[in-house]
Amino acid sequence: MTGASGIKLLTEDGRRLDGRALNEIRRCRIEAGVLKNADGSAYIELGRNKIIVAVYGPREVHPRHEALPDRMLLRCRYSMLPFSVADERKSPAPTRREVEISKVIREALEPAIFLEEFPRTSVDVYIEVIEADGSTRVASITAAAVALADAGIPMKDLVAGVSIGKIEGKLAVDLSGIEDQYGEGDMPIAMMPRLGEITLMQADGRFTREEIVQALKMAREAILKLYEEQKRALKERYSMVLATELGEER
Amino acid sequence: MSERIYTVVPAPRREAIRSMAKRGERVDGRKPEEYREVKLEVGMAGNADGSAKVSLGHTKVIAGVKVSLGQPFPDAPNAGVQIVHAELIPLASPIFEPGPPDENDVELARVIDRGLRSAPALKLEELVVVPGKQVWRVFVDIYPIDHDGNFIDASGLAAMGALLSAKIPKTVVTPDGAVAKTEEKVPLPIADIPVFVTIAKIGDVLVVDPCYEEELVMDARITFALTKDDRVCAIQKGGRGSFTPEEIERALDMALSVAPRLRAALENLRQSGGASPP
Repeated sequence: MTGASGIKLLTEDGRRLDGRALNEIRRCRIEAGVLKNADGSAYIELGRNKIIVAVYGPREVHPRHEALPDRMLLRCRYSMLPFSVADERKSPAPTRREVEISKVIREALEPAIFLEEFPRTSVDVYIEVIEADGSTRVASITAAAVALADAGIPMKDLVAGVSIGKIEGKLAVDLSGIEDQYGEGDMPIAMMPRLGEITLMQADGRFTREEIVQALKMAREAILKLYEEQKRALKERYSMVLATELGEER
Repeated sequence: MSERIYTVVPAPRREAIRSMAKRGERVDGRKPEEYREVKLEVGMAGNADGSAKVSLGHTKVIAGVKVSLGQPFPDAPNAGVQIVHAELIPLASPIFEPGPPDENDVELARVIDRGLRSAPALKLEELVVVPGKQVWRVFVDIYPIDHDGNFIDASGLAAMGALLSAKIPKTVVTPDGAVAKTEEKVPLPIADIPVFVTIAKIGDVLVVDPCYEEELVMDARITFALTKDDRVCAIQKGGRGSFTPEEIERALDMALSVAPRLRAALENLRQSGGASPP
């Protein structure tokens, strides 16, 4: 949504409605290995966002004709639960928005995965948003990368994402739902944090060239913070796995 | 032409295209920053309120505009409605199958919709007939009819051409509050003329306006929608690869430098009897 909304998103002292500074991300917590049946899984809380991701595979492709001779078939389904949204119940049928987001999330994860290591197999990433409060697609990517790593899929890097928005003419990191709704633009960005390469970039609203360059810098900073939390979650998961295995040996 | 249509590029051909790219050469003889010839005609669909056909080399896209009076969206009672739909029909290429829209159709439509909406192309607030009750609903339907790559840019030009050429009935509100259409036709209220420019990354080379074969071997693509005052009003990255921040900047500069030429094609259209000046 562009143009003046008439809603104040910044306070007199330049803080955002939830008290954050412009370059501050919301509290983020990730947990890896939260599901028993999935080969890999992760749960993320980013502010009020709550998202759960399951990874199944590598496994045989169904339907079989979709199998690729030279690489793994990565499939993603991003889905919002009917009660996850602030306004009226969302129909459980996939919306056009969810179809597009599923595609861009897949294309954000693919650059990090050694797809050619598992030809003729599929890896399915299922993303369910339990509570949505802005920036769900990038939070989903951050969690999905952890779930893929938890599943033991070989990757050249993790992927983490953040949205850069424009509120009252200023760039702000990690848009909340209300900032997305009433702000002047939204630019979701995902990167491979260690390599610094961009794997997802979208935008609506109006941005100058300089703002885009600046947004990429702000995104990288925020993504490095998310990367620390991703690594922490994975280390915690594997120290637990290790402890269990050592316990069994004794 | 048809013998070139495959979905997997043979490895030697792939390597040839990628090493050509390194030398600054392209399969169709263009330079990396060279856009294909753009041809634009309007009004071929007589029953549409506006229509346009765009050729980008061998790529051809038609778009039509139909308007109807209806209710506004509840969250925007004082704005007209813009709805963009796109369908990759099997007529255009053997790689398209009949059936319900898949992610490619949806992505194309939504990217065009965002670019037009954010620019904004239409002054939606001027499409209100009775505030909160009756507004013009503007439907833009996009149909690629021949596929040689870069449907996003061609679709953007076709959509914008159809909007610029559209004429809609003038309305009067009668004393008892009823809305009547008159015989008089007026152009749609246009605020900006956004254009879409797509850049493909092949190896570490950036090329503008990829053809089909380049799309098959590219690592990734990025599209910028640009307004008349050089604002970016939509971005969409696609494909299995990634971009460095420096590549994004370089791609944006390439897009900014070709945008005026694309827009000129649309503006010429307007001078030759299209819509009103914005």
